[in-house]
Amino acid sequence: MFELERLFKAVYIWLEGISNSLGIPHFWFDLFTMLLIAVIVLAVMSVGAMFLVWWERKISAHFQQRFGPMRTGWHGWLQLPIDGIKLITKEDTTPALADKLPFLIAPIVIFVASFLAFVCLPFGRGLIVRDLNIGILYILAVTTFTVISILMAGWASNNKYSLLGGFRSAAQIISYEVPLTLSVLGVVILTQSLSMVKIVSSQQHIWNWNIWKQPLGFLIYLTAAVAEVNRTPFDIPEAEQELVAGYNIEYSGMKWAMFFFAEYTNLILVCGVATTLFLGGWNGPLLPSWIWFLGKTLFLIWVVMWFRWTFPRVRVDQLMGFGWKFLLPLAFLNLILTGLFA
Amino acid sequence: MPQDYAFTGLFLIVGVVFVVFVFFLAKLARPKNPNPEKLRNYECGEVPFGSAWVQYNVRYYIYALIFVIFDVEVVFLFPWAVVYKSLGFFAFVEMMIFLAVLIFGLVYVWTKGALKWVR
Repeated sequence: MFELERLFKAVYIWLEGISNSLGIPHFWFDLFTMLLIAVIVLAVMSVGAMFLVWWERKISAHFQQRFGPMRTGWHGWLQLPIDGIKLITKEDTTPALADKLPFLIAPIVIFVASFLAFVCLPFGRGLIVRDLNIGILYILAVTTFTVISILMAGWASNNKYSLLGGFRSAAQIISYEVPLTLSVLGVVILTQSLSMVKIVSSQQHIWNWNIWKQPLGFLIYLTAAVAEVNRTPFDIPEAEQELVAGYNIEYSGMKWAMFFFAEYTNLILVCGVATTLFLGGWNGPLLPSWIWFLGKTLFLIWVVMWFRWTFPRVRVDQLMGFGWKFLLPLAFLNLILTGLFA
Repeated sequence: MPQDYAFTGLFLIVGVVFVVFVFFLAKLARPKNPNPEKLRNYECGEVPFGSAWVQYNVRYYIYALIFVIFDVEVVFLFPWAVVYKSLGFFAFVEMMIFLAVLIFGLVYVWTKGALKWVR
């Protein structure tokens, strides 16, 4: 079994040896390793998001019996770096009537919000940046900044479509936040901890996975999570046919790329959290832990992409009605049942 | 314990620096020839009609208000859930009373028609 944890430990010990022989103070060494970890997470996140862009295009194509990108590289994988180069050389326009400062800050906020949440996502055994003791609460709290960014972008653009998209998106995200949090509480009651590592290690075997104890909670979480990341069937904030892409309509070039990027990193995040909470995280036989985590997360992402080609978009009144009148009472019921039988 | 959050602070800085750096890089690489037509807001090719900063549907305020109430009360549930098993049945009953108040609020809002999207 090849555990990445051992590789990282070996590298750490090697670097420590070098720093000791050079006589660098321990504070600077710590700061350097922390920076290194941050950069590694940033790289993993970027590669993951870029991979998902390609994967989504391929999956969408195959659902419609097409091939998708095929010309650039093997099955179109070179599409990603080429798209990146294209975006970086694109002209970046700021509308003359826009509110300049929020217009600039919004993409930074949305990126940083999803990046911060990766601090306590366990990618594998020992592969967690820092196991905060409030883990899941921290992730829920940090990802909520997305709403602020979307509202900022929608308002600052001074465009009617983007304003509508921004408000719709904010209304949707906050409506589905409550059932999402309530479904997470079921797992917290079973595990008696908020720490992501403890939640994973309480689900050692497949029959211990929380999905068997919390089937309703898992369904509520998945539905609410799909709504949180603004994906079909809950994609009315972006509805390209009526709102021409919603809150990010006035954005171009790298600023737009940040919104696009954050959309996919948020997808990785919610599916990774679902894996951790309900599908046993990195636990699994034979294969290394990080492959199990990756496999389960990719499977969930695939399911979410499958939704896109199966369900029609819901209307705004149906969306709010479903969230408040169906999902929220169901989440309360799930919490009460969990409390009774825990 | 505070050093646990050093990573949070560091990630915040690294994230902001990364985005600003990428924006700077793009600034070096991209062309820049703005003109008034290009900098006008997009409105399906028409000349924009008035500002977008107008009054909007009051529904959004109501939903935001309900959300604040519910989310704050859900935060109270977290400490309860973490120590639930060691508290026993009494805590369960107590939290059921709390939840009953919450659900009563939901029913009230529902019957008042605040959850209806169309007026």
